[in-house]
Amino acid sequence: MHPAPSVIIFTTLSGLGFGLLAFLGLGQPAVTGAVAFVFYAIAFGLACGGLLASTFHLGRPERAWRAFTQWKTSWLSREGVCAVGALLFMGLYALGAVFFDSQWTLLGWIGAALSLATVFTTSMIYTQLKTIPRWNMELTPAVFLSFSLAGGALLAGAEAVAPWLLAIAGSVQLAYWAKGDKALEASGTDIGTATGLGDRGAVRAFEPPHTGSNYLLREFVHVVGRKHAQKLRMIAFVLGFALPLLLLLTPVQGVVIKHVFAALAALSHIAGIATSRWLFFAQAEHVVGLYYGKR
Amino acid sequence: MTQLPNSTERKMGLVIDLDTCVGCHACVISCKGWNTENYGAPLSDQDPYGGDPSGTFLNRVHSYEVKPTPCSSQPDPAAQLIHFPKSCLHCEDAPCVTVCPTGASYKRVEDGIVLVNEDHCIGCGLCAWSCPYGARELDLAEGVMKKCTLCVDRIYNENLPEVDRVPSCVRTCPAGARHFGDLGDPDSDVSKLVEERGGMDLMPEMGTKPVNKYLPPRPKDQIEDQIDILAPLLAPVAEEPQGFLGWLDKALDKLPGTSSGGAH
Repeated sequence: MHPAPSVIIFTTLSGLGFGLLAFLGLGQPAVTGAVAFVFYAIAFGLACGGLLASTFHLGRPERAWRAFTQWKTSWLSREGVCAVGALLFMGLYALGAVFFDSQWTLLGWIGAALSLATVFTTSMIYTQLKTIPRWNMELTPAVFLSFSLAGGALLAGAEAVAPWLLAIAGSVQLAYWAKGDKALEASGTDIGTATGLGDRGAVRAFEPPHTGSNYLLREFVHVVGRKHAQKLRMIAFVLGFALPLLLLLTPVQGVVIKHVFAALAALSHIAGIATSRWLFFAQAEHVVGLYYGKR
Repeated sequence: MTQLPNSTERKMGLVIDLDTCVGCHACVISCKGWNTENYGAPLSDQDPYGGDPSGTFLNRVHSYEVKPTPCSSQPDPAAQLIHFPKSCLHCEDAPCVTVCPTGASYKRVEDGIVLVNEDHCIGCGLCAWSCPYGARELDLAEGVMKKCTLCVDRIYNENLPEVDRVPSCVRTCPAGARHFGDLGDPDSDVSKLVEERGGMDLMPEMGTKPVNKYLPPRPKDQIEDQIDILAPLLAPVAEEPQGFLGWLDKALDKLPGTSSGGAH
């Protein structure tokens, strides 16, 4: 799949933002006043910035409101509904924390649930696609949810759970890569089933239908970026999970150093997740590539 | 609505004969010609006369080589070239319809045709992601999804002579490799053709239940010793050169160096 910057930015930032919102909704940390304002500004900035970036890849962004209508069948529509609901409930909850010095617990709980539901529905947009075996696995929602929770814990400064959540997210990442590498083969789809000619012998794409490129090749048949996939996986894993974990677990003296370490851990995590997300798209093989003799 | 109908009254679709298709791409051109100036937004081209031309097409023809598996009767079978037109298969369980967030994609109850309401399409591309066949292309000029309409503006069009009330690709095909009809009616010509020739689905494992069927190529990998009944009449009359040419042939053979071809 074409690793479009808009979608990578969207899933990375909004995943992180909604993760932080979930922690804030659960009262982790239970901040009020100016401190709460900073926390909510970061959380809403990430969540909304991501959502805004996602509209950049639309052909007709001015009609985006229509995407709220088909929640009965469409995961993309459900994502939109959940996102607006989460922002609404968490907005009210933030209002209470920032201006009224109070935690409206019920609103917070609903907001946290909707925030995680947003991340889950985002993941289901990819998971539902049988055409991309590497995404069509139970591990895909696990990747999105575990990354969001780990990142949210990092940003929320939830010291007790953050190392655990990072370790879990890192393990899910490794499992996703291991299983994903075998997904296309395991799906049973190849050029033989694509053309229906497979049982007569070995099928080879002899001549493409067009000499130039087209929408399908640009969108679905991205093979150039896979050259450095293994190195990028190392970078994603180290930056996303190993380094933040190390920074969190290193015993340090003093509040300033501690905050610097926490900030470094968060930045490293974001860079790692963005790299992982780039690979998530760039390595995904859409079966339509088989018609072109590519995968 | 993007909910699929439980069943459709008819299942209009195409039957494509891979045995007869000659790969001339006439269906591609006639499709683009009809659809760029009729139903919905035009099919745009980008950089059409420049160095990197590309454009929106609803129908494309691939070509595949199939090398049959060797067996005892054919230890070295000849490869076959198969031309392969591909457009929307108007699936019964069309994933492109249910993923649509706006309700722009829909499947018609009356004839099963899958269409896009271009006024509601936001161009998110998710329907194209969900299609295993590459049947949908986002038009870069219009920002909306384009796909085969089964020429919905021809097949019911009473302004056209009856013979033209079929999809443009079917009307154009000079080889008769494309057939149009109701695949939900077991007595229709297309259904009989599918029955008789063992019509197949593409990627059945995707669970899309395509309406369009493909007729497999007939076996033709046996190259016989005598390929034409006229061959005996075309055989050389004189195997060995006679007279002056015969003398010249022998004389040249005696000269040092190698000669290629010929009987010696």
